[in-house]
Amino acid sequence: MRHYFTILSHEVRTLLYSSSTYIAAVLFLGVMGFVFAGILELYGKAPQETSPAVVFFQLFWFPVFFMVPLLTMKSFAEERRLGTLETLLTAPVSTTEVVLGKFSAAYFFYILLWGSTLGFHYLLKVYARDARFLDPAPLIGGYLFIALSGLLFIALGILASALTRNQAVAGILCFTCLLGLIGGFSYLGELSALNADGLQPLKNAVESLRIPAHMEDFTHGVIDTRQVFFYFTGAILTLLLSILGVEAKILNS
Amino acid sequence: MLCANDCMTEIPDITIEVSHLVKTYGSLTAVDDLSFTVKRGEIVGLLGPNGAGKSTTMRILTGYLPANSGSVKICGLPVASQAEATKHHIGYMPENNPLPEDMRVSEYLWFRGRLKEMPRAKLRARIDEVLELCDLKRNRHRILGRLSKGNKQRVGIAEAILAEPAVIIMDEPTIGLDPHQIIIVRDLIASLRGRMSVIISSHILPEIEATCDRVLIINGGRIVAQGSPAELRREIFGHTSYRVEFAGHNAAFAAHLTTIDASLSVATVGDCSGDGFCVATLVTTAPEDLGEKLLQRLPAGGYRLRALHRTQPSLEDVFLAATRRSWDARLPDKKVQNGDQRQPLPKI
Repeated sequence: MRHYFTILSHEVRTLLYSSSTYIAAVLFLGVMGFVFAGILELYGKAPQETSPAVVFFQLFWFPVFFMVPLLTMKSFAEERRLGTLETLLTAPVSTTEVVLGKFSAAYFFYILLWGSTLGFHYLLKVYARDARFLDPAPLIGGYLFIALSGLLFIALGILASALTRNQAVAGILCFTCLLGLIGGFSYLGELSALNADGLQPLKNAVESLRIPAHMEDFTHGVIDTRQVFFYFTGAILTLLLSILGVEAKILNS
Repeated sequence: MLCANDCMTEIPDITIEVSHLVKTYGSLTAVDDLSFTVKRGEIVGLLGPNGAGKSTTMRILTGYLPANSGSVKICGLPVASQAEATKHHIGYMPENNPLPEDMRVSEYLWFRGRLKEMPRAKLRARIDEVLELCDLKRNRHRILGRLSKGNKQRVGIAEAILAEPAVIIMDEPTIGLDPHQIIIVRDLIASLRGRMSVIISSHILPEIEATCDRVLIINGGRIVAQGSPAELRREIFGHTSYRVEFAGHNAAFAAHLTTIDASLSVATVGDCSGDGFCVATLVTTAPEDLGEKLLQRLPAGGYRLRALHRTQPSLEDVFLAATRRSWDARLPDKKVQNGDQRQPLPKI
């Protein structure tokens, strides 16, 4: 892991120079700003039962769909297209270090962008002059969920990028994987075919993999170790597959 | 195996040792039982037609591609099992010299130097040094994507020699350069002689001839000929030819030649010009130079001589003959001793 920080700082710089990072940032902050303004309008009209932070995080999947592909699609696909992957891997570095470095850089930006939405809540507090609007518990839960699930989402993006030399293919592959992961389990859970008695364990398993449900739990202050475990192991498995993917592609190059 | 400075002292005399290397892509055999060694400080040229297995061989040497069988040792360490340690000894410039587009020259060299575990203080001085060597000082703050082809190529070379590795592998370092830049690059490579082992591949044959101590000609993944350019000429052609312009008795010329040296024969006699001088090509298998003998004995025999020239087959001819021989005969790459009997070569 001697080169991890060298690669990390290189990747952070590459992302800073990349236009897709800024597209992701502008889109993300724009969308989240509109969402937040919409929530405030809703709360201004009539009193609601839940804290605004809970509603804010309910739409977490929407920016994830475009932000994660934009941040990760370049990582391996671009290096492979330019051929710089060869120079990178013939330096005394291991594929693990390269994958981890790229993953960490994308994750850093992901967290940085989500972190910047803290400003929304701060503005609300300043202008509402009422501490109750800034209920810290759902915020902490929500951001914890974002940080945890981001591990898996970004790892998926890295995997998609490791499998192709075309950025666009990597981006769409990542989007499809995220759609399947976030939307797929919710859809599967509602299938009536799973209602049979014998399939109850399967239905339970699918239900517990529903990512929007995890988000609900986190924002309501329930931190389930099974969910934490799911995101950690999922991210580790996906990164392992990315390492294998990079090395397997070299064999066939 | 962490060593930035002290490694240079423990480099063995043979820096690259390749034995019985085989690499296949599906049904295609790219490298077929290849064996060679490179000594410390030697510059070796890898020649071969397209698809001969040059780039594949180089990629296996760097540890980027695994081989199917055989072994590669860099500075005595096997590449397959100690890839990280051997990568410290290698500076590699791939084909087409890929560079990241949005970095500055000095930033890129800094990043590569850090990856190669050079200490910061040393790296700063070393970057200045290689920029100077490669004539890139004026371009150090320019963005790589906007550099000209020649400058990019020089950045690639600067990167390869940056960490002062024992082995430098360059895949077509002079491709796409103008003659002026080719000379700069050639001098640069020549300046590494004695300190670093260099393997370069190239299609530009005069280039290889000018810089390399030894040439390996590869075809179909096998070595079809190896040696210094002079040795290759002798080995592949086995004869020397002379071009003479003479005037005199044409019919008796061939007979007179055999009295000078038994092995001399007339290959061709060209058209004779109006002043009576004819151009002839003489061929001999004699190992020694017959020039002086010809100059003395032809006038003695009544012939007038106005030009005598010993024609050297160019490396190009050697290359064509060697690769054609391997296509024709598919000979095993046995070491051919001088004076060995050999089948006649196709005329080129």
